[in-house]
Amino acid sequence: MATVVFTLNGETKSVTTDPGRTVLEVLREDLDVTGAKYGCGEGACRACVVLVDDKAVTSCQTPLSKIEGKRVVTVEGLARADALTPVQQAFIDEGAVQCGYCVPGMILTATALLNANPQPTRAQIVNFMDGNICRCTNYPNIIRAIERAATQLQGAAK
Amino acid sequence: MKHEQEAIEIERYEFVEPPRYVFSLSRRAFVQSIGAGLLITAIADWGFAQERGGRSEQNESAAGRFHIDKEGRITAFSGKVEVGQGARTQLTMAAAEELHVPVSMITLVMADTSLVPNDGGTYGSRTTPANIPTMRKAAASARELLIELACKQWNVSTEGAAMRDGVIEHSSGKKMTLAEVVANAGDIDATLRERSSEDVALTSPDAWKILGKTFPKPSSVDIVTGKHCYTSDIKRPGMLYGRVLRAPSFGAELIEIDMKAADAVEGVVAVRDGAFVGVAAPTTFLAEKAITALAATAKWTEKSGQPSSDDLFTYLKANVREGSGRQRSREDASGDVDAALKDAKIVLRAEYHIPYIQHAPMETRSAVAEFEGDTLTVWTGTQRPFDVRNELAQAFGMPNEKVRLIVPDTGGGFGGKHQGDAAIEAARIAKEAKRPVSIQWTRKEEFTWAYWRPAGVMEIAAALDDAGKIIAWDFTNYNSGGSGIDCPYACAAKRTRVKNCESPLRQGSYRALASTANNFARESFIDELAAAAKIDPLTFRQELLEEQRLKDVLNAAAEKFDFVNRRKSAAQNTGYGIACGTEKGSFVASCAEVTVNPSTNEYTIGRVCTAFECGAIHNPQNLQAQVEGSVIMGLGAVLREAMQFKDGKIANPHFKQYEVPRFSDVPGHHDIVLVNRPDLPSVGAGETPIIAIAPAIANAIFHATGKLLHALPLKIA
Repeated sequence: MATVVFTLNGETKSVTTDPGRTVLEVLREDLDVTGAKYGCGEGACRACVVLVDDKAVTSCQTPLSKIEGKRVVTVEGLARADALTPVQQAFIDEGAVQCGYCVPGMILTATALLNANPQPTRAQIVNFMDGNICRCTNYPNIIRAIERAATQLQGAAK
Repeated sequence: MKHEQEAIEIERYEFVEPPRYVFSLSRRAFVQSIGAGLLITAIADWGFAQERGGRSEQNESAAGRFHIDKEGRITAFSGKVEVGQGARTQLTMAAAEELHVPVSMITLVMADTSLVPNDGGTYGSRTTPANIPTMRKAAASARELLIELACKQWNVSTEGAAMRDGVIEHSSGKKMTLAEVVANAGDIDATLRERSSEDVALTSPDAWKILGKTFPKPSSVDIVTGKHCYTSDIKRPGMLYGRVLRAPSFGAELIEIDMKAADAVEGVVAVRDGAFVGVAAPTTFLAEKAITALAATAKWTEKSGQPSSDDLFTYLKANVREGSGRQRSREDASGDVDAALKDAKIVLRAEYHIPYIQHAPMETRSAVAEFEGDTLTVWTGTQRPFDVRNELAQAFGMPNEKVRLIVPDTGGGFGGKHQGDAAIEAARIAKEAKRPVSIQWTRKEEFTWAYWRPAGVMEIAAALDDAGKIIAWDFTNYNSGGSGIDCPYACAAKRTRVKNCESPLRQGSYRALASTANNFARESFIDELAAAAKIDPLTFRQELLEEQRLKDVLNAAAEKFDFVNRRKSAAQNTGYGIACGTEKGSFVASCAEVTVNPSTNEYTIGRVCTAFECGAIHNPQNLQAQVEGSVIMGLGAVLREAMQFKDGKIANPHFKQYEVPRFSDVPGHHDIVLVNRPDLPSVGAGETPIIAIAPAIANAIFHATGKLLHALPLKIA
């Protein structure tokens, strides 16, 4: 057993457990934060993505010990009060939600992309998002949603 | 009787296997309760449900569809499930349309067996043609009743009264909210239930205010903020996380196991019941540890001589059986096919293969089970809520009404979630633990212990006359089923045969099921025939297709894609293919551009165009997503997907080995043409758009290289 301290969506959390457990399992089972989903358990579908210090990370592949002192953001931590982020709103506007199970991972990965590259080309979006699987294969609407969010963020920045 | 016949056809194509487990406690309970008659009811119901299959929607009633509370809020009820296809959105829109209230005033409760009518399973694209009309009828008669009740309170006739945006208005200027109507209407739910909706008039499509327009999913905001609670997100007080011991190979029998091995792990409950061994623990980490410890002590007898994916197609053809019920072997014929084939100068023959593929929904099979007193509540993502409830009742020797099954909006289905395995497993462990238990299958379990779209062999023989007309058509499908098998091209002598085979893997439904296989074979073969007749493949189809709606989508796709010009002026190593098909009352055609690298034989898919028609369009954005999603899902089977297996083991049970479509597989340009036919009844759209893309690409490769490919995935040799 070990105690790991980190911030989750702006709040300090201290978890005492087996440090070999994954971040995904601790978020879902110990902290009741279930936005990050189990999809494959081997980092091959990215339904479990969370932001760790602003980088998109597969939480099913990350042992709890690795997030000591880090900033973790899940999809629950994006919206401020009831205001959705441009990425979240764009997913709704472009119909990029079918069953929705992959959507938290998609939104967080897209958020990390736009943080690093506010005006990505379509090829850059495809390349950055290629690890995220959507089995409803709603990829075209997700690409359009990311393009829409980029345009809106650009407008807001001006 | 057309509707009756149609329903029987659809049900015949659904593959549903019996439950996997027989628990000792259900056998014991059976023996004990024979005198009481209680369990006999449960068993009889199960048998009845099996017999009835997907037909229960025909008995569905408009009664009991609505509840209106004191604040005037409306709750609607449907036995259908939401697995991403948009049933929740469209059923809500249908109710709002006919009630004349805003969509936001309605909350739709779906697939909670203690609250909703039994609308049968959610498959066969039945929600749109069968359940939406029922919902509309129920809503229209509820609106009429509410108006009558208001007028009664006002003491005026209903003439000049109407519902507008959820408020009842009268030409005299009077207005009444639903809350006010309900306050003085006694038991409004009972009054609604007694109201017949048989003869009520429905709004015609040209007057639709809500249907026919784009509405986002009601759960969109919850999904993008992480609030939506899938089965796998549910947490109940005191809940444990479960794991199940899996056999090392299919058909392996457990000889012995040391159940004490689990005791070394803290807080673990372990249970063995016949072939079933499961554990539950306060965390998945501990449950995994316990099941690993148990597995190390297990001894198995494995089944030898199992067929492998390498000899699959030979095996299927060598293991034909009569079958029974809806899965019997059968033959339909018109004209003398054998004579026509014998006498013809031009006869072509080909054999096509498709492998087993898997749905691989993002949310793996999940369930939460909770016993309380003599009742059992289970949350699980299944497409057959009432049947799975009955399976649970049977497994635990309980009456159906003591089991409540709830299907939260679920992370993908695609025909892959007809069974209730995870539900039964979670409940069996929960029974032992006396606490709620959650199970979520690992991806490897999903790839190994779920079920597959059937592999198949299609044999075709056809003859042409001198004018390039088809004069004989002989089509046989081994194992993958009969949907979409009918040849839509004019021909006097036709025969289709569906052969039931011993399936090496557990098989079941899939998006459009067998019509993916039958359409791939038929539409690829049509290009071979067109080439033999020296007629271009578009003209060949246009001249022989008998159904105008199918011709219309073919022409719509060809025109939008500029098929004729692109094909004429194709660059070297680039080809253009077209294919079409119909299934479940809707029509699709796809065109594709493929460029082949002759030194590597690899190919890239450039431009794609798909035209689709399903009658009057209910929700254009959802329809576009269904069509686009179907086509890209279909690309998986074209490019890579194939289950590999040997000695009763799956060889590629991971996303890194079984590669589904990703962002980089999306065609650079995909035009979707939605052909709207407000003059025709709406039918489902979640399945049929998948069936034309594979043959369109095979035909484009044939055009580019002259090579005929007869197997999915399409590999150029």
